[in-house]
Amino acid sequence: MGENKIIAYVRNFRFKDHSLGMAFIILVIIATIVGWPNFLKFRNLTNILRQISYTGIISLGMTLIIISGGIDLSVGSMTAFVGGISIFFLNLFGPTSTMGIVLTFLFALVFGSFCGALNGIMVAKFKMAPFIVTLGTMSIFRSLIQYFSNAGTILSVNMGYGKLGSSSILGLPTPVWFFVIVGIILHILLNHTSFGRYICATGSNEQVAKYSAINVAVIKFFPYVITGFTVGITAIMWSSRLNCINPSDCAGYEMDAIAAAVIGGTLMSGGKGSIIGTMMGAVMLGIINNMLVMGGISAFLQQAVKGFVIIVAVLLQYNNGNK
Amino acid sequence: MSERATLLELEGIIKEFSSVRVLDRVSFSIQEGEIMGLIGENGAGKSTLIKIICGIYQKTDGVIRLGGKVTEIPDYITAKSLGIGIVPQEFNLINYLTVYENIFLGSELHKGILLDKSAMRKEAEAQLNLLKMPLNVNRMVSELSVAEKQMVEIAKAMILDARILIFDEPTTTLTAVEIQTLFDLMRKLKQKGVTILFVSHKLQEILAICDRVTVLRDGKLVSIDQVKGLSSQILAKKMVGRDFNQVFPEKVDSTGKDVILEVEKLCSGSLLKDVSFFLRKGEILGFAGLVGAGRTETMEALMGLRKAEKGAVRIEGKTVRIRSAKDAVRYGLGYISEDRQGKGVVMNYDIPKNITLISLKEKYLRCGLIDKAKEAQAAEHYMKEFRIVAASKKSQLRFFSGGNQQKVYLSRWMDTDPKILILDEPTRGIDINSKKEIYEFIHRLAQEQISCIIVSSEMEEIIGMCDRVYVMREGRVAGCLEKGQVTEENIVFQATGIKRV
Repeated sequence: MGENKIIAYVRNFRFKDHSLGMAFIILVIIATIVGWPNFLKFRNLTNILRQISYTGIISLGMTLIIISGGIDLSVGSMTAFVGGISIFFLNLFGPTSTMGIVLTFLFALVFGSFCGALNGIMVAKFKMAPFIVTLGTMSIFRSLIQYFSNAGTILSVNMGYGKLGSSSILGLPTPVWFFVIVGIILHILLNHTSFGRYICATGSNEQVAKYSAINVAVIKFFPYVITGFTVGITAIMWSSRLNCINPSDCAGYEMDAIAAAVIGGTLMSGGKGSIIGTMMGAVMLGIINNMLVMGGISAFLQQAVKGFVIIVAVLLQYNNGNK
Repeated sequence: MSERATLLELEGIIKEFSSVRVLDRVSFSIQEGEIMGLIGENGAGKSTLIKIICGIYQKTDGVIRLGGKVTEIPDYITAKSLGIGIVPQEFNLINYLTVYENIFLGSELHKGILLDKSAMRKEAEAQLNLLKMPLNVNRMVSELSVAEKQMVEIAKAMILDARILIFDEPTTTLTAVEIQTLFDLMRKLKQKGVTILFVSHKLQEILAICDRVTVLRDGKLVSIDQVKGLSSQILAKKMVGRDFNQVFPEKVDSTGKDVILEVEKLCSGSLLKDVSFFLRKGEILGFAGLVGAGRTETMEALMGLRKAEKGAVRIEGKTVRIRSAKDAVRYGLGYISEDRQGKGVVMNYDIPKNITLISLKEKYLRCGLIDKAKEAQAAEHYMKEFRIVAASKKSQLRFFSGGNQQKVYLSRWMDTDPKILILDEPTRGIDINSKKEIYEFIHRLAQEQISCIIVSSEMEEIIGMCDRVYVMREGRVAGCLEKGQVTEENIVFQATGIKRV
C-alpha cells in the first residue's frame, strides 16, 4: 500500500506544481557552488537567517493581508515607530530591570497591533483603498518618530536590552526562532482554521464571502492587526540588536515583506497564498543577497537584483495563472 | 429553403485540453443569412466550439473554412476583422466604464486622433433603442441590472457590423418580453444577410427562431436538422440520448399547511415598497416579474444582505430581526443568488471548501481546527446526492460547467440545514439535464417539509413548479396568483399591468 502510494506520487509529480521548491533547491545548489566553501558554513547560514528574519517575520503577516485582498505599505515606518516608542517605554518604566524588558516586549506587541488596527479599521470599516490608507500611515508613522526623537537616535539605557537582540537559543539567533514560530502559527491559522478559510474566500471574491454569511469587515480587519503584531516583534528584535532606533531605520521593509510573499506564490490580487511559500521566499531573498556579497558585487546592485527577482516571480505567477 | 452559399464551414474539428478530448471531429457548415441553432447538454462542447470559431481557443486539429477559404483564427482580434462577432455567455463588460464606452470598447470611433464621443453616444443610443432598452448611455455599467448588461453586451456585438454573429445563451437573463425583442432583432439581421449562430439551452427558443439546428453530445456531432417539423421532445431526446418526457415533477400540495414565514411591509430605499407575502411549510412559492421589479432585492433584504428601513419578518409566528446573512442562516434561511459566479461559488476553491463555506464553524471544527477528513466526507456525500461530475473533488470550481457549479452551490446551502430555501434563478445557464435534477431536488425538499421560494424569469419554470405565485412590479407585490390561477397570461398581466391580446 505504502509502496503504491509512493509510486503514484512519483508518477503524478509535476514540476509545475512544485516550482517554488525546485527554485529553492536550485538556488541553494548555485549558492553552494558560487560560495564554496563558505556558504555552507553554519555561521554563514545562521547569519543569512538572522538577516532575513526581521523583514521575514513581517512578511508572514503581510501574506495574510495580501491574501485578503489588501496591502500594507506602512510596515517599515511602523517598525521604526513602534521600536522607538518602545525604547521610550523601556527607558521610562524599566531602565534597569529584566522585567522592564519583558514588559516592553509586551508593550511593543500591543502597540504594534494597535497601529495595525488603525490601518485595519480604515480599510475594513470605512472601506478605503488599502494602498492609499497605508501610504498615508507610512508617512504618518515616519514623521511621528522623527518628531518624538528630534530626528536623533533613540538609545536604550537598559544594559540588558542589547543582549536580547544578539542572543541565540540552541545555536539559532532569537529572531529566527520568532520567524519560525510565528510562521508555524500563521500557517496553521491560514490552512486549518475557519478564519484562514474566510480570508482566502474574501480575497478571492468579497461578494461571495458576503453572500455566504461571512462578516467581511472582520475578516479584512484582523490581517492588519496580525501584521501589526509581527511588526511589534520585529521592532523589539531590531532595536535590541542595535540597542537603539534611528528614526530613519527600517525604510524599505515593506518592499522586502511584499517581495517574500510574492516570490512565495501569494497572488497580489488576493485569494491565494501560503505561509510556507513566504518563508521560502524570504530565505531565497537572503541567499541571493548573501551570494552577491560573497561574490563581491556592489551593495548598490543588490536592490536591483531583488527587484529583478520580484518581477520574474510575478511573471511566472502570471503565466501559471493563465493555464 | 433555397440553397445558399456556405459561409462558414468546420471540418473535423478536434479540441483537447491536457489530452482530454472535448470536441471530437465535429463538422458542420452554416449558410449565408441563416440562423443556425446549436444545442447540447452541459459539457457537450458548445462553448468550446464557439470559442474556437472566435479565436479564443485554438483547435487541436481540423479545418475552418470561411467563404470557401481555409482560415486560421489565432485570436479574437482576427475573428473580428474577419467579420465574426460574439455575444458571450459571461459578461465581458468593464464595470467602471459607461454604457457607450463599453459598447465601443475595441472599436472606438475617432475624429482625427481624438475619440468621437458624441458620435459613439448617438450610435450606442440608436443601437439600444433597436433593442428596446433605452438606457442612458452615460451610466456606469456597474449600476446596470443583469438584463440591462445583457442588452449592452448584445449592442456591443451589433455595432461590429459582423457577417457572422454568435449568440451564446443570450436569453438566460432576459424576460419573455425582452426575448421577443431580441428575436425580432435577429430576424431583421437575418433579412440583412447576417448569419447567426444561436446557442441555447431552451429548446422552444431554438424551434422559434432557427432555420436549422446542430446537436452536440459529449463533444460529438449528433445531428444537423431543419427545424421545420421538429418537436422539442425529439430535440431533447437527441441532446440527452434517451427519452426525456417530463421536465417538471408533480406538484406538492401544501394548501392549509402552517405558515412558516411571514413578511410584512418590507421597504428598502426606492427599490422596495411595502412588500408583504407569506410562505407555507413545504410549499414551493414562486416570485415572478420583470427584471428589475424588486424580486432579488426582496430576497436580499429578507436575508439581511440589503438594508431594510421598515418591515416585519415572522418565522413560525415569532418576530425576528435579521441584520446580516449570519442572522438569516441562524433562523434557517438559505439564499442561492442569481449571480452564481459573482456571488455564489469561490472559483479557485475546490469542492469541499466551497461546500463548507457557511457551515464550517458549526460542523467542521475540532479543537478549533478544520477537520478536513470530515469535510471531504461531506463533499463526497453531496457529490453523490447531487450527481456532481468532476475529475476529482480537489478540482477548482472554475473548471466546472454551470450545472455542476450550481449543484456545488446548492450543496453549500443544504449543508446549513435550512428550513426555508430561496432559489433565485436556480437554473440560469444550466443544461436541461441538470435543470431537471434541480427541479426534482426542489420537489424532494418540499416533500421533506422544507419550504422553497423560486424567483424566476422563466415563465415555464414558475408555472411548472409553483402552486402559488407572487408577481412583482416596480418594487411592489402586484398580485398573488392562487392555485389554478397560475397561467402565463395572468403573470404577464400582473407583471406589466398590460393585458396581452
